[in-house]
Amino acid sequence: MAQQPPESGGNGFEPRILVFACNWCSYAGADLAGVSRLQMPASCRVVRVMCSARVRPEFVISALCKGLDGVLILGCHPGECHYSEGNYFTRRRGLLLRKLLEYVGIEPERFQVRWVSASEGAKFAETVEQVTEQIKALGPNRPGIGLSTDPTRR
Amino acid sequence: MPRTRVGVFVCHCGNNIGGVVRVPEVVEYARTLPNVVYAEDNLYTCSEEGLSSIREQIREQALNRVVVASCTPRTHEPLFQSTCEEAGLNKYLFEFVNIREHCAWVHMHDPARATEKAKELVRMGVAKACYLEPQEEFESEVFPAALVIGGGMAGMTAALALANQGIKVHLVERGPHLGGLVRTVQTLFPTEQATAEVVHPLIARVSAHSEITLHLESEVEDAAGFIGDFDVSIRSNGELQDLKVGTIIVATGAEELRPVGLYRYSELPNVVTQLEFEEKFKTGAELPDSVVMINCVGARVPERTYCGRFCCSTAIKNAIWLKEQNPQTNVYILHRDVMAYGVDIEKFYRRAMELGVRFVRYDLESPPVVLGEGRAEAVRVQHQLMGRELDLPADLVVLTTPLVPREDNERLAQLLKVPLGGEGFFLEAHLKLRPIEFATDGVYVCGSARYPSNIPESVSQAYAAAAKASIPIGEGLVRVAAITAVCDERACSACGNCVEVCPFGAIELREGRFGKSAYVNTAQCKGCGCCVAACPSGAMQQRGFDDRQLLCMIGALAEEMTDGTAAP
Repeated sequence: MAQQPPESGGNGFEPRILVFACNWCSYAGADLAGVSRLQMPASCRVVRVMCSARVRPEFVISALCKGLDGVLILGCHPGECHYSEGNYFTRRRGLLLRKLLEYVGIEPERFQVRWVSASEGAKFAETVEQVTEQIKALGPNRPGIGLSTDPTRR
Repeated sequence: MPRTRVGVFVCHCGNNIGGVVRVPEVVEYARTLPNVVYAEDNLYTCSEEGLSSIREQIREQALNRVVVASCTPRTHEPLFQSTCEEAGLNKYLFEFVNIREHCAWVHMHDPARATEKAKELVRMGVAKACYLEPQEEFESEVFPAALVIGGGMAGMTAALALANQGIKVHLVERGPHLGGLVRTVQTLFPTEQATAEVVHPLIARVSAHSEITLHLESEVEDAAGFIGDFDVSIRSNGELQDLKVGTIIVATGAEELRPVGLYRYSELPNVVTQLEFEEKFKTGAELPDSVVMINCVGARVPERTYCGRFCCSTAIKNAIWLKEQNPQTNVYILHRDVMAYGVDIEKFYRRAMELGVRFVRYDLESPPVVLGEGRAEAVRVQHQLMGRELDLPADLVVLTTPLVPREDNERLAQLLKVPLGGEGFFLEAHLKLRPIEFATDGVYVCGSARYPSNIPESVSQAYAAAAKASIPIGEGLVRVAAITAVCDERACSACGNCVEVCPFGAIELREGRFGKSAYVNTAQCKGCGCCVAACPSGAMQQRGFDDRQLLCMIGALAEEMTDGTAAP
């Protein structure tokens, strides 16, 4: 395959985004996007968890403090959690966490929670595209403005 | 504790990964990572050659962690885990890195970024692997009953195959009777046998079988649980009923496309589909003198690219039937290609030609046009061989349309947590290697729910699905992945958050050696990790997904940036 020059956004900034995807819906949705050969920006790195509710708020804060440009949590649609109610916790925690991020001076848009089912490969690709664009518009994450140290560092 | 020795195996997957990601570069990179003592690339890591290499290197290099960077854990994790076990390595010391679905296949035109991403994913995988710990699995019982959704040919065959092994089967059918779509078909190709002769004896056997519980006019309303222990609720005549089953077969079939807006269908009374032809003309209506059939209506077109597979055979069958009723009938089949595959159907096609059925090829650029006022009188077609337009007189126009996915597929797919393909049919775990299984354990698919399938195909798939669905029930036990929660009672403050959030009631507070603390009942724990994220003191952890493992993945991803080394 011929090598192509890297495409660059308006400012040449290519965000790096950490994605947590639940095993049952969103990870399968991401797999389906691959099987369907849906092309998307190479911005996201997916970490598999069994349920989106496994993601501790500290993980998000840690990622942003370490300089990653964004964190995306993907889970089953509300009402369709494999563990019946895990994603409701995710939703509630997500709302609180965004408020906290804003309070400490991190753009809350850097952290997003979305729902992608196992049959929604196209939605996974769209979500990656959208979130990448949004974070691109925010520019690089400059940790240290809000939280000076990573609270999860032990 | 012996020193951590990680082995990394990076798969080319033929050209699938290797055609995009520069695999040798990823291997070179893996060798530079902390604790990695060995790295190699394989053409196919899942081939016997690749697997024996993993076993060999575990022994030779004394590996105590194995990382495979290839496809998705949802299909291949069990294979690599058992390979590790064969070499004496606890299977929970294996870590999967997905560089195909999540990398090569979605960045096909960007090898440079795909290669960098693959390196990062490997770095994260190795970081997690270093913190993996050996685990013991628990066994859980399989409820000895199966659910079959759909009472067509596939569903009835699967239900019988299971019931004949002595397995209790719940057969759920949405309609008022068994038989599915094929009930509306009068005769079958290529034997020209009456459908009733094939279907009715099957319906009788299914209805009479003591191990089969029939739920007619019923739909699956809700489903939860895991292989061996599914809780399904069905709605029958407005009433909800709860069923417990060990495995589930999806055999919901498909429906004929009604080509509204195409070839003046639904505008002219004498333009019908093949199924409408079966229902109306093969059950006694007066037969027309000249019939034109148009194939590939709504199939192999930009908005529906797939081939309906057996619609050509259906058209040939009905054309032969017309010729047999009256040899003077003019029958034309306008087609784009004739799919008469296999050993019997080609003969059938020849027979149609011998009987005088005319086959005319058209192409999508100049499709046939139905002519007539108030009713179809002729069909205009660009005859490819003659190179000119022909007006074929028609008393009846029959449109050959493909089967399309049922509208309800989306809802059922969400309930069972299984995927649909782009066309809306159910999607199996692997097209070639696991054609009737879903990636979700304990759920299987057969018949036209997967893609348009004729009767022999539906029946063989149903046998396969029944065989697969009976294995866990026969074994009686499934091993439950050791990804359950565990509480460190010394760190637990007995706040009870975990008890509150556990969806399965698996946690309780108990008096123990260190005072009151949370206790996880492993048999009830399903391994979601809700409680771990809710624990304020870090006492609760999930095996295989503990805080250290996940945090070090985040650290590994961020590392490169703090070093200041940029992507190419």
